[in-house]
Amino acid sequence: MQSLGEAIANALGLLLGGDPELWEIVAISFRVSVTAMLVATPFALLVAFALAHFTFPGRKLLVTLFSSLLSVPAVVVGLTFYLLLSRQGPLGDWKLLFTQSAMVIGQIALAFPILVAMSHSAFHALDRRAWETARTLGAGPLRATLTLMREIRFGLFAALFAAFGRIIAEVGASMMLGGNILHYTRNIPTAIALETSKGEFAQGIALGIVLLSLTFSVTALLQHLQQRRMIGR
Amino acid sequence: MIRMLFALVLSALAAAPRAENAVVRLATTTSTDNSGLLRALLPRFERASGYRVQVIAVGTGKALRMGAAGDVDVVLVHARAAEEAFVASGAGERRYPVMHNDFVLVGPRDDPAGVRAAGDIGEALRRIAATRAPFVSRGDDSGTHKKERVLWRRAGITPRGRWYREAGQGMGRVLQIAGELGAYTLSDRGTWLAMRDKLPSALLFSGGAALRNPYGIIPVSAKRYPDVNHAGAMALVEWLTSPAGQQAIDAFRVAGERLFIPDATRTTARHAVAG
Repeated sequence: MQSLGEAIANALGLLLGGDPELWEIVAISFRVSVTAMLVATPFALLVAFALAHFTFPGRKLLVTLFSSLLSVPAVVVGLTFYLLLSRQGPLGDWKLLFTQSAMVIGQIALAFPILVAMSHSAFHALDRRAWETARTLGAGPLRATLTLMREIRFGLFAALFAAFGRIIAEVGASMMLGGNILHYTRNIPTAIALETSKGEFAQGIALGIVLLSLTFSVTALLQHLQQRRMIGR
Repeated sequence: MIRMLFALVLSALAAAPRAENAVVRLATTTSTDNSGLLRALLPRFERASGYRVQVIAVGTGKALRMGAAGDVDVVLVHARAAEEAFVASGAGERRYPVMHNDFVLVGPRDDPAGVRAAGDIGEALRRIAATRAPFVSRGDDSGTHKKERVLWRRAGITPRGRWYREAGQGMGRVLQIAGELGAYTLSDRGTWLAMRDKLPSALLFSGGAALRNPYGIIPVSAKRYPDVNHAGAMALVEWLTSPAGQQAIDAFRVAGERLFIPDATRTTARHAVAG
């Protein structure tokens, strides 16, 4: 049986050996997930802000809805968009199934509820008077919103990390919507699923370690920047 | 809102447009992909034709459904009856034979049901059922699963009970499960050869016409789906069934063993001069 030690050695070899196929898979993973975050975040923050700041009929229902969407399995999200994007489906003309765009769409759908639910709690914790103070001090609505976001940036960063963590690691939606096509839609999680199914456990663990070390580096970097900014203020 | 999101995504990915006609989408079975066959074949086809092939490796049932929905351009699968139904439905254009290998019965080395001594696969299955020795079925509507159900039916047995376990997973996984459980299972020879070094199981029964496993390639009908890459699909069919493609299949080895035997007889006449 292959040992964990062997897997770790394997992972280091893969990372340091500059295996082009591995780096391609890594690049696809990050490209898809970062794109999904870039698209989802502004909308999600607006929705979260609206939910926290305004009162309108159905608001509570929406908050409950976004919270419960957190527990929808990725494969159900994948299946839903698969049916929408299939040539037989209502959006079949877009011809997006088994493309990176389809993976991005699935990951947006996965990230969105996390971003909304978590940043909503952050906005919610904020004293409503902060907004009014900012406004009386002469800030326009946009400026006032940005000021509030600055106040609660830790909560918002937590939402971003949680959402990114979910989508960079999820396998269900990417497998269904991307099809695990080599050089094109094979990302780290679907590659791990494939290696595991072939019995290449060491290779699967190695890819897992690669994913862990890369997300660790990105997270550490972002947290470092965030803290430096806080001290520098 | 949703449309807006879609538009945004599209523009975000506009930097990587898919050159529509240069790409052929092939839905195929895990047995052709996991064995490494496609990795050996497709780069040669891509060099010869200029097309790029995107492989989606799933079970035969799912691959045919992708073809029936027009989501891929061509399918390479192994379930004769389902393939013929796919063509008869009008979604598949025509089946071209490509190659074959065979199914093998794999199980625990000590062979508690005694299938090594069976005269044919039907008797082997009846022995497993009679001793209630655990058997892991793919249970995923793949070509291997379809074959397995036909074999049980021909053996006159409806497998049912605690000894018969449906895994719902690919061949590699099912071989692992059978190995861990000390169970029997039906596998295509390719996946078995590719994985046997990692398994405690042994090959216990093989041979006979009933275990033959033919693979066919079927382009998705351009009549049904005018926007499939039919030219690309036909280029792949032509190459796989040409002498060059057939020789490449014949030469493919895993651990020194030949996995697939080329089948495309029609090509010898058609490509004899060009070949």
